[in-house]
Amino acid sequence: MARRAESAGQTMSQPMLALEEVCASYGAVQALKGVSVHVHAGEIVTLIGANGAGKSTLLMTICGDPRARSGQILFDGQDITRQPTHAIMRGGIAQAPEGRRIFPRMTVMENLIMGAEIAGHDPARDLEHVFTLFPRLKERATQRGGTLSGGEQQMLAIGRALMARPRLLLLDEPSLGLAPLIAKQIFAAIRELNEREGLTVLLVEQNANQALRLAHRGYVLVTGRITLEGPGRELLSRPEIRAAYLGGH
Amino acid sequence: MRFRLALRDAAVTGLVAAGLFLPMVALRTDVAPNGALFLRTRWSDAAILITLAALARFVLVLWLGRRIPVASTASPWWEEPLRRAGKLLTPLLLGVAVMLPFIPGTGRYELDLGVLVLTYVMLGWGLNIVVGLAGLLDLGYVAFYAVGAYSYALLAHAFGLSFWICLPLAGILAGFWGVLLGFPVLRLRGDYLAIVTLAFGEIIRVVLVNWVSLTNGPNGMSGIPRPSFFGLPFNMSGEPDTFAGFFGLEPSPLHRVIFLYYLILGLALLTNWVSIRLRRQPLGRAWEALREDEIACRALGINITTTKLTAFALGAMFGGFAGAFFATRQGFISPESFTFIESAIILAIVVLGGMGSQIGIALAALIMIGGFEVFRGLEEWRMLVFGAAMVVIMVLRPRGLVSSRTPTVALGKRKAISGSLVGEGHG
Repeated sequence: MARRAESAGQTMSQPMLALEEVCASYGAVQALKGVSVHVHAGEIVTLIGANGAGKSTLLMTICGDPRARSGQILFDGQDITRQPTHAIMRGGIAQAPEGRRIFPRMTVMENLIMGAEIAGHDPARDLEHVFTLFPRLKERATQRGGTLSGGEQQMLAIGRALMARPRLLLLDEPSLGLAPLIAKQIFAAIRELNEREGLTVLLVEQNANQALRLAHRGYVLVTGRITLEGPGRELLSRPEIRAAYLGGH
Repeated sequence: MRFRLALRDAAVTGLVAAGLFLPMVALRTDVAPNGALFLRTRWSDAAILITLAALARFVLVLWLGRRIPVASTASPWWEEPLRRAGKLLTPLLLGVAVMLPFIPGTGRYELDLGVLVLTYVMLGWGLNIVVGLAGLLDLGYVAFYAVGAYSYALLAHAFGLSFWICLPLAGILAGFWGVLLGFPVLRLRGDYLAIVTLAFGEIIRVVLVNWVSLTNGPNGMSGIPRPSFFGLPFNMSGEPDTFAGFFGLEPSPLHRVIFLYYLILGLALLTNWVSIRLRRQPLGRAWEALREDEIACRALGINITTTKLTAFALGAMFGGFAGAFFATRQGFISPESFTFIESAIILAIVVLGGMGSQIGIALAALIMIGGFEVFRGLEEWRMLVFGAAMVVIMVLRPRGLVSSRTPTVALGKRKAISGSLVGEGHG
């Protein structure tokens, strides 16, 4: 796959995705209070934080739902802050939403096809690509989505997002509710996508340990504000991170 | 042991029955000849009913044990033969539908019933686009039926347009109203959507009742032109410019009925064909995805607004076609014909048929509308028998008559997937 393959962290030029001082709220509750996050092409960037810190809101705000109250979101230098959700998702960003949200009564095949439909390209090549990445999905191709196990559903959610040939993949807690071994497989697949195809990934995770190991860079979000930022391994070694997110050992 | 259990159960049933029948059957207010109300008691009737209920329960418990009917996900024994029979069912039903006017013994009554059933089949298929495919619960579908009927009546009255010009216009106007309803309810789902659509259906009816200068209010509109056979009218004169005269047939009132029958059959099959084709296309798949998960749809770049509006518009359009047909068939329409119960019946057909299944809806319409007629002889017991039949169907087949779903894309062979593999509405 001919995807952009600059090596991580070295493109100091224009970031692929840039959030500048973004504020967002649900009604009167302000969820993001001026967040700035940059993701460069070819990077895996992770966003960690406690429950309710605003991690998922940040991913959803990139997609325009809820819309940013102030600040700016740039994708490839283009302002997407005011674009409608469906237009943003057609422009090269794909999301595997929190809780997987596959279509339970549609088959695995149909779920995957839905991902490619809007992009309008022939899905055959992308199907092959997803099936090589997750061979399990090929075995299950004619089953209903709702009959898959949690891990398979997560594979399906990621596979469905990949079908649109995105340049930036947004992943919202892909390890949620999965057995540790399965979560590991999912993370391995994300790494493979990034290393082999240069796919840029913005990953939101509660599982800070694995996420920071995987990511090139990480951000720590606390009640709607970025409090720390740095290379994944470096964050992992900081005592305050270990204390707050890794159970103190 | 079983005996004691049965006895206790019978006693409980008797108590419940007493609670029901004593106030409803035993005590009855009647009007005396002098116009005053007086209380008539019918203790013996109530006692008979209570005894019957208790006895039935006693026998049932002794015979079956205390088995409570439950909806299970295991395939019961009738599933497999039914599926095999189901493969033959579609061509069989279609064959009967096409041949019905020529089957010996088919008279005026059978044809009229056929027209009625097919009208509801068409309405069911139309509503299925909104409810079954797009998952938008619409309790006011009859509004579009009414818009179609009144569109035809008004256009024909005011401009003297023929049925064949009014039919597409009625569909377009109803589709336009579908979009109009769609806009305010774009953000609603489930119960909230149901309430708003219910209100919409009532608004249309109330407007029809009160806008007397346009619609003639509750008196309805009569003298709606009957359809012609592409310009050849049906009448008994036998002149060469009538249908019978042109084809050299003996003039018969049956010709028009047969023509109406084939007209609604054609319209229904058109609805079916469009739904089936659309289901295999991106738009149809987007509808189904929308039914499953709206947020996931947005994440995939599906434009929710247009997807919902097209579902409303197309569903409404077919409702409008059916309405125009209804108007030309009856020759008379009034707001009476477009009450909430019509919406409820159409929705019941869709749900009973197994949301999203075309053949299931056709079967359900046949059972519901045909059932009404078959049970006519039972007079006041009709609704009771009918209600019981519906309960039995829902207990035996909780996901509707036909709950399997054919995938819209497949590797190699298409294989229907049993509804038993996942619960209703969730995985």
